[in-house]
Amino acid sequence: MTPIILLSLVLMSLALCLAFVRLFRGPSLPDRVVALELFSSILVGMIGVVAIATDVASLLDVAIVMALMAFMTSIGFARFLERGGRRDE
Amino acid sequence: MNEIVKEGLILVGALFMLLAALGVVRLPDLLTRMHATTKAATFGVTLIMLAVALHFAQVAVVARAFGVILFIMMTAPVAAHVIGRAGYFVGTRLWERTLKDELRPHYDPLTHELKSGRECERNARYGAEEDAER
Repeated sequence: MTPIILLSLVLMSLALCLAFVRLFRGPSLPDRVVALELFSSILVGMIGVVAIATDVASLLDVAIVMALMAFMTSIGFARFLERGGRRDE
Repeated sequence: MNEIVKEGLILVGALFMLLAALGVVRLPDLLTRMHATTKAATFGVTLIMLAVALHFAQVAVVARAFGVILFIMMTAPVAAHVIGRAGYFVGTRLWERTLKDELRPHYDPLTHELKSGRECERNARYGAEEDAER
């Protein structure tokens, strides 16, 4: 089981790096918000894999909170954009 | 058997997440990037949470895992819709090879006003001519 978990963690870390590239380069703020949302999805997956690897079931609560925070963050950013934030950043 | 299914679920979920990140980096446009992240990342999280439910096989954990799946499946489309709407209003550029933007003849970004199809028939006809020229 361990090599598979290691491999999937490596894949997800690579995905985090790619999402960070978009977060850094993204031409507009909505692009960055999309990258942040992808970040949180990948983190939920990572927490799930770590919960399997360490046999700690209560890590799932952390995943639930992570998903909730991501949803609220994206809603908040969207409200901010529609109310007229900075257009080009 | 159980182990093999679990390993497969974890691996395929991680691969889907990598695919989503690859799409976010490589695709040209806000809307196409969102198309990559919402679906592929949601599917990856779903697969990994199924693996968690298989691994622990207790009622409390399985219920929580399915709760995560349900929550993500319900919130990801809503968040994507809200961000896409805000992005369009802010004036994010579409890809230069986009074929059709059906909202553009109906929506005025300055007055923030949405007209029905009849009101802007001239614009619609203009758009159709433009399409025919292509």
